[in-house]
Amino acid sequence: MFSGAALGAGVLIVVVLFAVAMFLVIQALPTFSAAPADITGGKGFTSYIFPIVIGTLIAAAIALVIATPIGIAVALFISHYAPRGMARGLGYVVDLLAAIPSVIYGAWGATFLASQLKAPYQWLAENMGWIPIFGGPASGTGKTILTAGIVLAVMVLPIIASLAREIFLQAPMLHQEAALALGATRWEMIRMAVLPFARGGIISAVMLGLGRALGETMAVALVLSSGPLIASLIRSGNQTIAAEIALNFPEAFGLRLNELIAAGLVLFLITLLVNMVARWIISRHKEFSGAN
Amino acid sequence: MKALHIGRMAAVLTVGALALTACGTDNAVTPGNGGTSAAAGASVSGTLTGTGATSISAAMDAWKAGFESANSGSTIQYSPEGSGAGRKALIAGAVQFAGSDAYMKDAELADAKAKCGPDGAINVPWYISPIAVAFNVPGVKDLKLDAATVAKIFRGDIKNWNDAAIKAANPSATLPDLAITPVHRSDNSGTTENFTDYLAQAAKSVWTDAKSGDWPSALPGENAKGTSGVVKTVTETAGAVTYADDSAVTDVLGKAELKVGDAYVPVTAEAAAKAVDAAKVVGGRSANDLSLKLDRTTTAAGAYPAVLVSYGVFCAHYPDAKTVDLVKAFGNFAVSDAGQKAAADAAKSAPLSAALAAKAKASIDSITVAAK
Repeated sequence: MFSGAALGAGVLIVVVLFAVAMFLVIQALPTFSAAPADITGGKGFTSYIFPIVIGTLIAAAIALVIATPIGIAVALFISHYAPRGMARGLGYVVDLLAAIPSVIYGAWGATFLASQLKAPYQWLAENMGWIPIFGGPASGTGKTILTAGIVLAVMVLPIIASLAREIFLQAPMLHQEAALALGATRWEMIRMAVLPFARGGIISAVMLGLGRALGETMAVALVLSSGPLIASLIRSGNQTIAAEIALNFPEAFGLRLNELIAAGLVLFLITLLVNMVARWIISRHKEFSGAN
Repeated sequence: MKALHIGRMAAVLTVGALALTACGTDNAVTPGNGGTSAAAGASVSGTLTGTGATSISAAMDAWKAGFESANSGSTIQYSPEGSGAGRKALIAGAVQFAGSDAYMKDAELADAKAKCGPDGAINVPWYISPIAVAFNVPGVKDLKLDAATVAKIFRGDIKNWNDAAIKAANPSATLPDLAITPVHRSDNSGTTENFTDYLAQAAKSVWTDAKSGDWPSALPGENAKGTSGVVKTVTETAGAVTYADDSAVTDVLGKAELKVGDAYVPVTAEAAAKAVDAAKVVGGRSANDLSLKLDRTTTAAGAYPAVLVSYGVFCAHYPDAKTVDLVKAFGNFAVSDAGQKAAADAAKSAPLSAALAAKAKASIDSITVAAK
């Protein structure tokens, strides 16, 4: 009975995945056979999709660079530093962050965060403009890919923090006590007994966060002032696949619709690839993880 | 081992979450108070299905409420899926009417003959919305701009509010030394299409791009999603300027008066209706078709040429009398005084002028049952 239900659940996820993939492929096909001039931009699908693929990766990378260290630090604080009562309350709050709809994050990013970041961007452009990613002139509205990345970071933070927390809590108590008994400080104990054990789990947590960052639609669509691919993170420009689809889908028909679905297929493949790489990293690290 | 399990689970969860992620983008709609009496005398019943432009959603809700309360037993279903999708659905016979921000092209009219009969489809204007050029310049509420200046501002050729070209037309305004941030729509929209059409016609030498629902991507400037997005962005950014449905522009922002002939015309519902009155009906179509070729270079006094006209697209003939009655009653309600007032209340659109409303009514009345 139970094994049947488990098998059913396992099969169902594969069927859903397969059905989605088939839908994407079939609907995307006309795009690949269309004349390059008919594709948006007039230069074929590759040159249409390339900038928004890079934009998607930039936004997700910014989100992870910010959210990963903070998420792990928050998780460590909750699992190993905070007093018990506080840890529980803090854990709830972090989990609650994950329950806020993305459109709220988007509205917050577009109306509040973007206008707060105008002045810092101006400063960056003036003082560090020689670094290409801070090249000026800074955006007048603050609605840049960096702002979008920061909003995404806030959105993936609870995912990373709560997963990492669960994993830290599962680190073997005996190892931790042994480390402390040998005279290690708390930080040394965490480095020796907790982090090695949790490495695979942390990577999984980050990958789950990355999945959210790659696929996030509304928040980016609302926050980002999109444009062509540019290196500067503080000028308006760049675009992500998910936001491109969300913005253009309502009025799209004919080939444009196929084009957007093809963009969705590309995003699907990127996510699949990212997950496979993550699995490979985890499997490489498992023998050193200390869990066995 | 445990970590590996969690990893595996996480990977599956990621894929699952992505597969299931879906985002709603529906705009909030304001329910209108609607009219109280149907234009047609006798009450009709049945279900009428339409699809098309998102721009008329608020007006459609008002029409729906007004029409259904006057004709108990009737139901209007309208799904705002986009103008192109609406025209396509009518051609395919999936709906009885379409809402569209652009009239059907000749090729589409030919395609429509398959489902609508030999006379094809007719386009009837039923919704007019003026597009305001809204700006956020501290201390400045009124600006006079000609089309070429507007085009240069949106192309990034004029970069500062104290530019000589703006000063020349506004000698009394105290224009600050402030960078201009043009803001446009990031999503495909009928507003963008009509605004770029205005620029392409009225400022031919400056605006070299063709009209398009997508903003030309090569131009500099910032963008935001939807009418509310651009208005919000401009409200928060000193020096920003955008184009948006007049109804959505708040009092905090200034609205430019556009140069028409030798005078400057502020954006009002009457001025928009006047510009539509000055439009010519597109020739070479059925006598009942009211596709309008808007003359954005009009010099008619008091006409405001940056205006969006949305059409109801109907078949010239329907197979049964019941559908014909329903379509006629609904179409007539939409273009009637009550319907236009309901739309104006709900969406702040500009009511059709009496002359155009009469023509629209005549067009709708020409719909008949298909000859067997």
